Amino acid sequence: MKVVRAGDAALLVEAADLATAHRLNAALRDEPLPGVVDVVPGERTVLVVAEPAADLGRLAERLTRLRLPDDAGGDAEPVEIPVTYDGADLDEVADLTGLSRGEVVRRHRAATYTVAYLGFSPGFGYLTGLDPALRVARRASPRTSVPAGSVAIADRYAAVYPSASPGGWRLLGRSELRLWDVTRDPPSLLRPGMRVRFVPRESP
Amino acid sequence: MIEVVRPGPLATVQDLGRPGRAHLGVPCSGAADGRAFRLANRLVGNPEGAAAVELTLGGAALRFHRHAWIAVTGAPAPLRINGSAQGTHAPAHVPDGALVEFGTPPSGLRSYLAVRGGVVVEEVLGSRSCDLLSGLGPAPLSPGDRLPVGPTKGLDDITVDVAPAPHMPETPVLHIRPGPRDDWFTDEAMATLTSTLYEVSPESNRVGVRLEGPPLVRARDGELGSEGMVTGALQVPPSGLPIIFLADHPTTGGYPVVAVLASSAIADAAQLRPGQRLRFRV
Repeated sequence: MKVVRAGDAALLVEAADLATAHRLNAALRDEPLPGVVDVVPGERTVLVVAEPAADLGRLAERLTRLRLPDDAGGDAEPVEIPVTYDGADLDEVADLTGLSRGEVVRRHRAATYTVAYLGFSPGFGYLTGLDPALRVARRASPRTSVPAGSVAIADRYAAVYPSASPGGWRLLGRSELRLWDVTRDPPSLLRPGMRVRFVPRESP
Repeated sequence: MIEVVRPGPLATVQDLGRPGRAHLGVPCSGAADGRAFRLANRLVGNPEGAAAVELTLGGAALRFHRHAWIAVTGAPAPLRINGSAQGTHAPAHVPDGALVEFGTPPSGLRSYLAVRGGVVVEEVLGSRSCDLLSGLGPAPLSPGDRLPVGPTKGLDDITVDVAPAPHMPETPVLHIRPGPRDDWFTDEAMATLTSTLYEVSPESNRVGVRLEGPPLVRARDGELGSEGMVTGALQVPPSGLPIIFLADHPTTGGYPVVAVLASSAIADAAQLRPGQRLRFRV
């Protein structure tokens, strides 16, 4: 692990891979270090934001000496997200990938995903583990509003829109599961390192 | 209770935001100029994190339906209480029913109006901050909004008559620390960043200060994986023109951060006006 400074109050830890980033994140959540305000996993990094007056040299030392758990909770049962596969872009994704509609759905639900990191909007998890055959680019022009619960893919990722927002991902279906609820603690159903599966529901 | 007669160009309720939830995609938000915000609260005897009103280029008018003590800090917007001029950076008494009006500040961008007792609109995730990126918290103020004021019992006494107003230079120099992704840029890019004048774009907002000037040239192609972003980061999108991230910045981003402002310079960046020029210094 390499630790670099991100200004005078944060450190960016470069991990060998996503799994290591998740193990570091898990270690810092199980036993928070004093003076640390935020721990933010990325694709291969963990940003550690400290209080303004923190001694970053000392914090960097402690980070490199941390004992990481063998596994970042990946052994827990995956979160199951029920999906009705009636998305507006199913035909388009079938065309782009050369697969049938049914095969797109089969491949999407067959995979087990990992929440790599969150971003874009509160509760929006970037899920890795998408079948490479389903890799499609974002729409050339994003929709001005994608409904909450939309199940979508773009590039290497799958996601579920936790709230209505503009968006350019390809929509495969929708889920009624609430991914984001400010009255819940934590408000986000998905957290970095969690595993996720999509379970088809019969269309009404 | 305070009634919003007119909010000016943009007025929001802010406190110290929602730190600690960035891994869930929740921006920190909170007062863009935290230094001025805390001072306003101290001047009226509030805890430093009590919610206050953040004005953008002044212009607001507020009717107080109960007497109160207030203090205005940050951009020195001309302040009138029932038509008579009052100084900023000083506690001022507002009689019951009085109209508090703000002109356009001659320098700076954001002014803070703290009220003794704090503004006690509903909290979302432990904060009353209006986050313009994620939509969390109360909406920006609009005419007719009513802002409840909290109890003043048990607060510290008001002990200061006036505080020095911060100097807001015409062409500020913001201190930066290179990295974490300065190695994605050419040596010339770093020299450009620290030697030329940049100009604040009108597209700037609470998410970030967008800059116009010479683009920074990358030393390598390819895509950086998304990573956590700090307030004060100078993120460089494909245009090569850096964006200084302010309070409502996204929690993660995929464009390289060439440098990060010194913590003490974030308040200065939050006071930059569209069209103003600035320099960066290591």
